[in-house]
Amino acid sequence: MTPSAWSSPRATSGAYLDISQKPAEYVKKKLPSMYHQFKELADVDITKGPMEVGPTCHYVMGGIRVDAETAESTVPGLFAAGEAAAGLHGANRLGGNSLSDLLVFGRRAGLAAAQHAKRVSAPSMDNSQIESAEKELLAPFSNSGTESPYAVHRDLQELMQNLVGIFRTEADLGKALVELEKLRARAAKAGVEGSRLFNPGWHLSYDLKSMLTVSEAVAQSALARTESRGAHSRIDFPKLDPLWEKKHNIIVKEAGAMKRRESPVEEMPGELQQILAAD
Amino acid sequence: MAEATLRVFRGDSNGGQTVDYRVPIAPGMVVLDALHHIQGHLAPDLAVRWNCKAGKCGSCSAEVNGRPRLTCKTRMDDLPQDQPITVLPMKSFPRIKDLVTDVSWNYRVNRKIPAFEPRPGTDWKISQLDVDRVQEFRKCIECFLCQDMCHVLREHDQKEKFGGPRFFVRIAGLEMHPLDGRNRNALLKDELGLGLCNITKCCTEVCPEEIRITDNAIIPLKERVVDEFYDPLTRMFRKIRGK
Repeated sequence: MTPSAWSSPRATSGAYLDISQKPAEYVKKKLPSMYHQFKELADVDITKGPMEVGPTCHYVMGGIRVDAETAESTVPGLFAAGEAAAGLHGANRLGGNSLSDLLVFGRRAGLAAAQHAKRVSAPSMDNSQIESAEKELLAPFSNSGTESPYAVHRDLQELMQNLVGIFRTEADLGKALVELEKLRARAAKAGVEGSRLFNPGWHLSYDLKSMLTVSEAVAQSALARTESRGAHSRIDFPKLDPLWEKKHNIIVKEAGAMKRRESPVEEMPGELQQILAAD
Repeated sequence: MAEATLRVFRGDSNGGQTVDYRVPIAPGMVVLDALHHIQGHLAPDLAVRWNCKAGKCGSCSAEVNGRPRLTCKTRMDDLPQDQPITVLPMKSFPRIKDLVTDVSWNYRVNRKIPAFEPRPGTDWKISQLDVDRVQEFRKCIECFLCQDMCHVLREHDQKEKFGGPRFFVRIAGLEMHPLDGRNRNALLKDELGLGLCNITKCCTEVCPEEIRITDNAIIPLKERVVDEFYDPLTRMFRKIRGK
């Protein structure tokens, strides 16, 4: 949850979290950061009264598909670990496991990447690909006066918050996909000015492409998964579906377009099943 | 809606000047929010470092109305709104662009400091009192506001001779660790210029984590260096024992 910087003590609507029934010393000892943040930034003393909370996007369970042992993706030589990689946390990550994830799989990815680098020779590169990538990167400088990358970003945030948020419906998700197409067209016209030195507007106009791809992948998968499981909640399908329990959504690029495929959830290896049974 | 004027430095290593921007004010806004507004609506190429916006990462250091501050922790309503609010980059580090400076010197200093090394046969138990003492130093978020503020660096540019308060805090955390077996006193005296600090405590004033830098880190380290190298009785005993 995030401290609401916009609340007033006399707000009449909103969700409030109250731990003031606990002794003040206990609250300060267990939640020192939270106590200070609320005090300094919102003049709220959480040992004395409630704090306003609101939902926000905190962590993405999906991500790049990787091999469990080496953290290598389906692109040879590309490794991913942590929040960027998918599959470790299932439908909802437990608190604290992100940090342990990074340490364990970050190390695995590093070791595997080093071994890979020793094994393979430098790939030959296609200069025309490099040239067209450069051209694409620099395009926003010639687009000036058309679309602000910040405006597209704001609208993307608004869109995802409203239509692909915590509680999802078929109608909302369908609408989101239509709107994302429009945003993609606007992002292609995003323009920036100034120099290439540390230009955040330029960085954003490039990042928008990835943001839109990920947003579309999330919306497509959410639309297809007609059940509620973990962090994915469908108002129109509020229960778990045993068929979906056995399936992953995989997003791939086919013929230049985004395609969704389904892939079976692998059976848990015997030795891990034994560990769980022993609990 | 109420508005304020932010006077922000625009420029690079070759020079620059401040530019005024009008920004709408909302309750609870911090200076970083205002900078984001400028980026989003008025100057898309305004270079600003930031990340967590929660006072934890140490990225958003700048000088607001003449004081080194984290822009994500400086409330707009703490500042006088009837005159322009100046936002300048940290003075002690070379400018890259606008509010972004090159703080890499700090990481070069850090590499001079030998890491924690336990004594052989260490029993891995620490008392809570020892933990509490060292925990204070580990609160540091490497915002480098103390480095920016310290006159030895800021006014006298002694980067070749002086490590700065941040690294005295780091070394204090290592030296006061009960299980660490190294001695960093010579490093402090000869390479990191601990003696150049004249305990004016400006660093302590700007630390966003409220680490008592001078009182709890620098002065005890000075005492250790003095005990080892300048105590006449110690020196006499050393001479007698032929060390």
